[in-house]
Amino acid sequence: MNTRAQVRLLPDGRRLHLHDGPIDIVLEAYAISESEVRAAYDAAADRFLTVLDELCAELPLLRTQTRPGSRGPRGIIARRMFAAVIPFAGEQFITPMAAVAGAVAEELLNAMTNAAILSRAYVNDGGDIALHLSPGESFTIAMIDRPDRPSLFGTMKLESSQPVRGIATSGWRGRSFSRGIADAVTVLANSAATADAAVTIVANAVDLPGHTAIQRTSARELSPDTDLGEILVTTKVAGLTNSEIAQALSHGAECAEHLCAQGLLHAAALHLQGTTRIVMADRSTLPAPHRESSVAYA
Amino acid sequence: MPDDAIRCDACPVLCYIRPGRTGACDRYANHDGNLVRIDPHVVLDRAVSRGDSVVPFLERDRDWDGNIVSGPETFITAIGAGTTYPDYKPAPFIISSKVEGADMVTVVTEGIFSYCGVKLKIDTDRFLGPEQNVVRAKGEPVGHVTTSEYGSQMLSLGGVRHLTGGTRNEGNVTCETLLDLCNGKPAELVIDEGATVIVQAGKPPVVNGVQEERMRVGCGSATIGMFAKQWFGKIDDVVVVDDHITGVLSEHQAGKMLGIPETGIKMKGRRSTPGRYFRVAEPGTDWGGTNITDPLSILAPFNAKKAWPGLRLLMVSTTGEHYAYYELDEALLPVEKALPDALQVSVERIKENCEPALCTVLFMGGAGGSLRAGVTENPVKLTHSVRDALTRVTCGGAPVYVWPGGGITLMVDVTRMPENAFGYVPTPALVAPIEFTLKLADYEALGGYMDHVRPLASLLNDETRRHVSARPGNPWPFEAGKPAARRPAAANGRRKADSARSRSNPKTKPASRGKTRPS
Repeated sequence: MNTRAQVRLLPDGRRLHLHDGPIDIVLEAYAISESEVRAAYDAAADRFLTVLDELCAELPLLRTQTRPGSRGPRGIIARRMFAAVIPFAGEQFITPMAAVAGAVAEELLNAMTNAAILSRAYVNDGGDIALHLSPGESFTIAMIDRPDRPSLFGTMKLESSQPVRGIATSGWRGRSFSRGIADAVTVLANSAATADAAVTIVANAVDLPGHTAIQRTSARELSPDTDLGEILVTTKVAGLTNSEIAQALSHGAECAEHLCAQGLLHAAALHLQGTTRIVMADRSTLPAPHRESSVAYA
Repeated sequence: MPDDAIRCDACPVLCYIRPGRTGACDRYANHDGNLVRIDPHVVLDRAVSRGDSVVPFLERDRDWDGNIVSGPETFITAIGAGTTYPDYKPAPFIISSKVEGADMVTVVTEGIFSYCGVKLKIDTDRFLGPEQNVVRAKGEPVGHVTTSEYGSQMLSLGGVRHLTGGTRNEGNVTCETLLDLCNGKPAELVIDEGATVIVQAGKPPVVNGVQEERMRVGCGSATIGMFAKQWFGKIDDVVVVDDHITGVLSEHQAGKMLGIPETGIKMKGRRSTPGRYFRVAEPGTDWGGTNITDPLSILAPFNAKKAWPGLRLLMVSTTGEHYAYYELDEALLPVEKALPDALQVSVERIKENCEPALCTVLFMGGAGGSLRAGVTENPVKLTHSVRDALTRVTCGGAPVYVWPGGGITLMVDVTRMPENAFGYVPTPALVAPIEFTLKLADYEALGGYMDHVRPLASLLNDETRRHVSARPGNPWPFEAGKPAARRPAAANGRRKADSARSRSNPKTKPASRGKTRPS
């Protein structure tokens, strides 16, 4: 029995907080009746208890670079991770760990929707969010510009008719390492695991290779057992000029457009030192994000 | 793996963590070779708000209202200080602030206490278990039963022998139990050959599933003495049932003084002095801390030469929680009847005089050499400075009692500390906040790390700090003579004397002072 995991309702009595090792999740389900919500929460809590142990059982493999034709892992969540990163594996260094948070969020969302009839639900795993929307429902999504110092900079409304069911955010200031210099990149994709993998790639691309204002350190120096090995990761970014910011954002936007064209993501918002660039796959299906003072939290 | 990284075994990810960095969870860090749990750094605001307790979830800065409190109205606690600074030697934070024109320094650190435990005072007359017996949590030995105190049973939990001297599981369960109790959470303890008791700081104990409500007003004999006058004329005899000394009104000195006639009552148990009986029954969790449920079981038949039909007898426990009223029938056998109103009052009075039963949790730990070395290059000088009352020690801003004698061994009431002030390391050992506050000049004199002193304002701009309100009743750490609110007068006077003493000797070098503190 896992005695580490913490499962509790947050003080608002609505949201469920799940914590185990490095996993920290807040989720919320909406249904016609309270009993449906409770059934969903029970299912999420049950599923959660073994998640970390399942992942750790295959950790060495999950930290190994994924290449086209690589051997896949066995665990349900591990397979989600692997499936999410394999489309990126040809051109880049990526490991299944790039999609771990999104994959865990998806798994818990699945556990809830299998156990109860929900109008909508979200599972927020440290900023990587899996969404459930039944027909006619919507979520208002608020975005932050820096993961380490979250303040809301804009919102967008996601409708059930749109294909987006996953949101992920990454940046060098966040908890995971980044090779790029973006303060934050947020992407919308079909699933949380795909969004998680895609956002890693786009955030890495927001970069000015060789620029002296950027300090980088070998990931292994910082964390001996990182999946990134000797790859340099960003540890500090000094002030950049407007043209440098634009240049770095263009590198990222180009990458995001490329992924949009492949259908791997639907939209991306890239933030660097106060400047934001938006990339959209299809302007007809997604409303542009807009600034708002009062927003619903998702 | 590189030898400067340590392996965290807090969860199955088993991260290797470099010095000054955290694991994948951002909660465990390598602090100078030790694995520590970190939480957002807590800043104590003097302004008292009601029902404060900021929820430490998604910590960072969202709960903070952006209000920057000026200088001495803010005190940096050591809670969460542990690893937020990349250079761990000297202490993570050495902060200067201006208090009444004098430069004060607070050295803030989270101490890892391998030598630590809690002293538990459980207000109950019920029998919890034989002295010296083992106290268990989740089946593991975590402490022992120590002395009985007035109306209370003391337990001693933790200590280095349970933390690191036994099996790994014993250590982990001990650490978990201490952590829960110190952070104000309940813990279920099972005493060998004794009771199961749920304890929680500041809450009534629950003994064998029954919540304790009141402490006894006194032993049975004392209760007779206190209430004899109120019973006089309303009743013929009273037995106050108590596991320690059961009292009998008609035989007791107090009854004799009032001229209460003999009733022919006969008690079981061993008579100590007239009207006072030891061991009328076995210890237990019923009437007056004995094992009896039927009070008549401690009476032998009345002496037919002295007793009379219609004799009125009240039997009551020392907390007034149990009582029964009897009248003797023609055969001189007690028959239970409804308690007359006039006597109801006296039972209520006993209850009323019994204070609410609580559990008190005092954390006790010793600041080792390395912790003291984080404050000064010559650790023993810190000990001397604390002895000489030049340096004030606080835990999370709460006042502590520093034991006389060598070292800095302290006790603190955990309910006076901010919430969740304690952490642990998987060693296992507890992590507790500790702050040393002294005058800048004194700090320099004892070999402090002057180049690491930084102004308070430089910390307050960092939004990651969690601001909590100072607890009402705690003396403000910078001026321990002036409590933030209610404080017992005796403690006030004492602290005033201490601070006056340190103020009057601003330039005295601690090193020149004697080792012992004049009293």
